[in-house]
Amino acid sequence: MSPDYALGELVPGRPVVVCCGPGGVGKTTISATFALQAARAGRRACVITVDPARRLADALGVESLPNTPTEVPGDWPGRLDALMLDTKGTFDDLVRQYAKSPEQVESIRNNRIYQNLAGALSGTQEYMAMEKLYELTGSGTYDTVVVDTPPTRNALDLLDAPRRLTNFLENRFFRALLLPTRAYLKAVSVATRALLRTISKVAGTEIVDDAVTFFQAFQGMEEGFRSRAAAVRALLADPSTAYVLVTSPRPDSVEEAEFFADKLVGRGISPAGLVVNRVHPRFGTVGELPPAPEGSELGALEDNLRQLDGMAAREEATFAQLVARVAPAPVGRVPLLGSDVHDVEGLGLVADQLFGEAPAGPPPAQGGVG
Amino acid sequence: MDVATFCTESRVLVVAGKGGVGKTTIAAALARMAADAGLSVLVVELEGRAGLSTAFGGAGPLAYEDTVLLSGAGVSPDGRGHTGTVRGRWLTPDDALLEYLADHGLERVSKRLLSSGLLDVVSTAIPGIRDVLVLGKVKQLERERVADLIVVDAPATGHAVTFLTSASGLLDAARGGPVRAQAADVVELLTDPSRCRVLLVTLPEEMPVSETVEAAYVLEDRAGVKLGPVVVNAYDAVPAALGTSAEKAAAAAGVILDAGQLAALEEARTFRLHRHDLAAEQIGRLARELPLPQLFTPPLAGETVGPPELAELAAALAEGVNELTSAA
Repeated sequence: MSPDYALGELVPGRPVVVCCGPGGVGKTTISATFALQAARAGRRACVITVDPARRLADALGVESLPNTPTEVPGDWPGRLDALMLDTKGTFDDLVRQYAKSPEQVESIRNNRIYQNLAGALSGTQEYMAMEKLYELTGSGTYDTVVVDTPPTRNALDLLDAPRRLTNFLENRFFRALLLPTRAYLKAVSVATRALLRTISKVAGTEIVDDAVTFFQAFQGMEEGFRSRAAAVRALLADPSTAYVLVTSPRPDSVEEAEFFADKLVGRGISPAGLVVNRVHPRFGTVGELPPAPEGSELGALEDNLRQLDGMAAREEATFAQLVARVAPAPVGRVPLLGSDVHDVEGLGLVADQLFGEAPAGPPPAQGGVG
Repeated sequence: MDVATFCTESRVLVVAGKGGVGKTTIAAALARMAADAGLSVLVVELEGRAGLSTAFGGAGPLAYEDTVLLSGAGVSPDGRGHTGTVRGRWLTPDDALLEYLADHGLERVSKRLLSSGLLDVVSTAIPGIRDVLVLGKVKQLERERVADLIVVDAPATGHAVTFLTSASGLLDAARGGPVRAQAADVVELLTDPSRCRVLLVTLPEEMPVSETVEAAYVLEDRAGVKLGPVVVNAYDAVPAALGTSAEKAAAAAGVILDAGQLAALEEARTFRLHRHDLAAEQIGRLARELPLPQLFTPPLAGETVGPPELAELAAALAEGVNELTSAA
């Protein structure tokens, strides 16, 4: 099955692009490249980066002003903004939005459980990335928002993140503790009290106290959070949201990307594209090389070409199954280049490789993919 | 230094590195290397990946209970003795917690703690408790001397630092109860170089090297761990004969090539040399910024890592270990 659209058509066509896949494959760079492509196509685009390498963050100018879109200056018809996600700051904004009073904001922000929530509850960073995506998409400022996702092992963390947080906030055991006395006696079973006692015994009584204070502080905000989470989930499930899988050709990364693809498909989401970053380039079809004298330098050169071709072929075989699994979605290959990308020019080169006419051939001496 | 000495300098070897650097493969190769030297090894996996067991020819993720990955019946590579046994386990925080509660006479409520979502509340209230539970289990295994060497494949995705510093963080929070005692035990294990060392795995590329240097200092300063050699994975040593251009080499060999063939040979040659230069530059930077010995493993030819590839990596590691001086 051949794709009915090219990878490059994805960006101008879709309002939301979610780049997902294993860590360490250059996902941030690829995300930024998609946003750049949208800007080149005349769109107003923003990329949300989660954990950019320092030099790329410098190049995009996102480091000095986290959580706020910053324009990346450049010569393209559209607009390119970049933002570095601040998980805690995004959560604070949400609290401010749904709190009934400034006092409620204060008491939540001072609570130890709240302070830990961003770092400790798995899925919180993922959810805040999606929350930011929702906010920017709804702002009307952008035609295209691209989001780089945290390197989540479990794809479900990404898609379940909104639900996971609301489930946490609505934990029925603690909520039962907050009910008026009579209802409390009814709702808090012997078993529940035994559980709380266990927690106190193992981890100290302060835990239970902290938890009760936390849920008290959140009272009245559950509804706001729940409907917001539902809206974020709807955006994630919207057919116009494009999921692009990003991987390297290394077997362990491909295995994780396959896992990710399965989870998406299991949720009724078809990946809209696949990017394989850092593939070995091909050096042209040269047919059978004439035999070189044994031990000659020419022999070494021929062996080298054969080894590199073999490497490229094996890589292709490593991700062949993944390509079949995402079919008919288009597949982009970015060749292994020189150094990491640390400037907008470097991003442009990657965009050329990924979307442009330039085929995945031998690399230019400069630039590359980080 | 001989491999057995290297592997028994501490009973626990934590293998850490960012995602995508081949950390799990290297953890498996270290286990294989130790087994080849006749030691019994337990590999501990934390993320439920299949990579560890497939490297030993198995399938699917490991279980919480022991699985034999390599039986001790083989003849060691030097032909002088038998290989050691390699077993593997997947330690999950939930399982570790259930076991911990059962050990403390709280088995009855423990299952409900998980199903009710209360564990989420607790682990948010005490960040790091999951890591401490897992490392607490590792400490218990170390104390029970279940193997000559325990290799821990630390979590990927940049969480290795969090993983190893959470116990001291939990101690600082100064909460009472058995959890605090558990954290104290874990800190004691991590900071005792005769019991535990951390090996960082990296690639000879810019970002992985930068992150490794950063992680190394944080781990030493904040977790107080002893760092072993850095494993530089997928380092491609270039054959010396690539120094001559395709045109000259063809002329010297008296072979006539067409322009396309010459161009392909020349491009492949400069590509390989360029990649090598970049890698060498990063290895040099790593050595300057992080004064630790380095071990090198070659890029693999296969599509997957199975027993033959693992043997190749283990042999490369052993070669590097043999060249280490005992002071390192």
